[in-house]
Amino acid sequence: MRFIPFRTPGLAALSLAVSGLPALAEMPAGISHFKLNNGLEAVVIEDHRAPVVVQMLWYKIGSADEAPGKSGIAHYLEHLMFKGTDKLGPGELSKTVTANGGMDNAFTSYDFTTYFQRIASDRLPLIFDMESDRMANLKIGEDDWQAEREVVLEERAQRTDSDPSALFGEERNAVQYYNHPYRRPVIGWRAEMEQLTREDAIDWYQSHYAPNNAVLVVAGDVSADEVRKLAEQYYGPVAPKDDALRQPRPQEPQQVAARRMSREDPRVPQPTMIRSVLAPERNPGDQKSAAALTVLAALLGGSPQTSVLGQKLVLGGKALFVDAWYDGLTVDQTTFALSLAPTPDISNEDAEKALDAALQDFLRDGPDEAQLERVKTQIRAAEVYKQDSAHGRAYDYGQGLAIGLGIEDVNDWSSILAEVTPDDIRTAAKLVLENPATVTAWLVPPPDAPPADPEAAVSAPGPATSTADPVDNPEASE
Amino acid sequence: MIRAIATFVFLALATLPARATDIQEVTSPGGIKAWLVEDHSIPFTAFTFMFRGGASMDAPDKRGAVILMTSLLEEGAGEMNATQYAEAVETLGARASFDASDDAMVLSARALSENRDEAAELWRLALTEPRFDADAIERVRGQLQAVIRSEATDPQSIAAKELARQAWGDHPYATSINGTRESVAALTRDDLLDAKARLMARDRVIVSATGDITAEELGPLIDKVLGGLPAEGSAPLPEKAQLALTGGVTVIDWDSPQTVVAFAQESLPIDDPDYFAAFVADHILGGGGFSSRLMEEIREKRGLTYGVGTTLSNGAYGNTWQGGLASANAKVAEAIPLIRAEWDRMAKDGVTEKELTDAKTYLTGEYPLRFDGNGRISGILAGMQLVGFPRDYVNTRNAKVEAVTAEDVKRVAARLLSSDKLRFVLVGRPEGITSDPAE
Repeated sequence: MRFIPFRTPGLAALSLAVSGLPALAEMPAGISHFKLNNGLEAVVIEDHRAPVVVQMLWYKIGSADEAPGKSGIAHYLEHLMFKGTDKLGPGELSKTVTANGGMDNAFTSYDFTTYFQRIASDRLPLIFDMESDRMANLKIGEDDWQAEREVVLEERAQRTDSDPSALFGEERNAVQYYNHPYRRPVIGWRAEMEQLTREDAIDWYQSHYAPNNAVLVVAGDVSADEVRKLAEQYYGPVAPKDDALRQPRPQEPQQVAARRMSREDPRVPQPTMIRSVLAPERNPGDQKSAAALTVLAALLGGSPQTSVLGQKLVLGGKALFVDAWYDGLTVDQTTFALSLAPTPDISNEDAEKALDAALQDFLRDGPDEAQLERVKTQIRAAEVYKQDSAHGRAYDYGQGLAIGLGIEDVNDWSSILAEVTPDDIRTAAKLVLENPATVTAWLVPPPDAPPADPEAAVSAPGPATSTADPVDNPEASE
Repeated sequence: MIRAIATFVFLALATLPARATDIQEVTSPGGIKAWLVEDHSIPFTAFTFMFRGGASMDAPDKRGAVILMTSLLEEGAGEMNATQYAEAVETLGARASFDASDDAMVLSARALSENRDEAAELWRLALTEPRFDADAIERVRGQLQAVIRSEATDPQSIAAKELARQAWGDHPYATSINGTRESVAALTRDDLLDAKARLMARDRVIVSATGDITAEELGPLIDKVLGGLPAEGSAPLPEKAQLALTGGVTVIDWDSPQTVVAFAQESLPIDDPDYFAAFVADHILGGGGFSSRLMEEIREKRGLTYGVGTTLSNGAYGNTWQGGLASANAKVAEAIPLIRAEWDRMAKDGVTEKELTDAKTYLTGEYPLRFDGNGRISGILAGMQLVGFPRDYVNTRNAKVEAVTAEDVKRVAARLLSSDKLRFVLVGRPEGITSDPAE
């Protein structure tokens, strides 16, 4: 549920859902891992089924590392990274990738900033050359930085200010985190974004962009030896920086009181609720709690027909939708969250009571063994399906290493998931479901709002859908 | 079930690395044809079962019946209720998603090799013996009504709906596949059975498979899954839609800091001799992301938007050349004339040789990248069949792109593109723009 701005709209974010990798003590087949002398860590994922390669360069720096008052600088710099170097003109990197039949993009989150390209595998030297070049030689022209600041403000307008759910999420995070910088939106607060300067961007770049603060992931039709050779050639000469590494951030004080908020917006068609609680993240050599929380989320909300909350609330007629989620791939304390949308004839209070009752039952009865077995079967099956997407696996390794896990932690994750016991689930459930220090947030239409009328919003009678669906367009692009 | 967020079936036709060139045509013992790409490197197979016509097969006054019916296929079948059916799927580690669009209803499925036949039995049940239990109908109807309410407060949906309403007259394309509050409220179980009979039949089905399965194994599996369906659909496929779009501006008032803009004009069908010339023209004009003229003028030079793009939207029953952007209420009046200007510049001057070369390099280079997984390939094979392409299209497609000349682009742009034909629908509070007087 993290808001991750992309440089370009319309690109479906790959799923960040936690899922496993080959359960082997040693390096799984097709996976290699090495480190250059300048500190750049690299992972190679071989998949020779198609002549395609993905390069992802993950910098271990994100919006949660920004100084107070400078929110949005990590993401703004991500945009400015396309404005050229001594060798490349503004926009030339993307144009070169495109002209070679590839695609490229970038995204920023709380804990990392990532650049990637997908291209024919024989063009790997080209994208290594350009990506390593902008690791050290970024040039932000006097003419470019102000127009790009307008672009990120438009991005904020489109993705946050125009979307009541996004505005709600932003405010909810600020209630969830009183002190930790996860309380600030990745894209930044508008008033602070408007004041960001070229100097701020250059300072951010020079402080944090260095090979010893980055993870290179290459996935596809390549060999580990070839990648290592090319990495030495292109990235090897880039000098490390002593103080580039992430500094510890202010941490959350202990939360004691339950917090509640309610946000009204006339653009909201129906009430929804999210309840979250602070929870431990995945840590090197210490992923057991996170694994139990991951399985717990699947048991509670994974399927509308078979999950605990799906059966009690959705099949029980109390909610249109329920969900439970947990994302342990964070540097600092994360959250475990539940959500629901009440059915039209159920009050918000009654829906919440029904949720509480279902959770109390679960705490009393513990997990259903057959359901736990089915969830684990799906985790094992996901391992197999995962092999179908080199890009998806690049994501798992890149994000894991970028938030500070070791490669073995990423490799071991699926076996740790498979070993979760009913007792582990009970312990995890007590941790997140018995904790009174919750944040319960409702997003609701105004009290006197008439039910949303599909006809009312359009100027003329008659409904409609998007113009001809491109479902069958053989040339529709991603 | 209906998902809270609309999912899109992505069926880009793609491309062709060595292995994808080897598309086998398999005819099942029962006479159903399927396309297959074998790849035994991962122990699973991706399947696509697609039914032509999709939500456009809704009977008159029954809008929403196909999407509701489709969403109920996995909510109980044979002897199993919704929970029992879902548990059976989970026990196998199989995956299936049921979805419908304007042009097709699709079951996209994955099964592990170790229990593929058991998974196929579950798909057979869903496609041939869905229960449509009363409690499931009411539950999923409630979810669909929630989606309809969400569409009514989403500016993107509002813009797209208005554009479609103006474009497609009384064709189903003119209205949302989700129906209206009233039409969905009125649907009965008999309507769902009727929607199924209209749509789901052996003469409407398209099948593809990619992965760890042989032709000998695939044939019987297809017969098992589909053999129990009726031979013929009970209603004819949809007619072609006649585009009724006129040039001009429609503004829909919406309280938001930004204006969402959707625009469209007439286009050409995919079998038009100039289709690939138009395809290249679109890439240069607005389809090519950062390399496009519109992105350069509107975002890169002026920062007026986060993104602007265009596409040739080729449906089975109608085509448009369309695009969209979002821009601050105060700035959108600056962006619209830029779109018009680029539209007419392309019509008047065509493209440069450099633009043409770069576009072709991208389009031909990108094509093979699409064939990078069993799931994607299976979707591509089904999409090709839906459009009516031959199997060797994957081998001839890049040559068609390469053959496009600057002269071809100029000819098709001059023939089609005109800012006078563009209809803009703006949802927001755009400063300095109002609807045409006729509106």
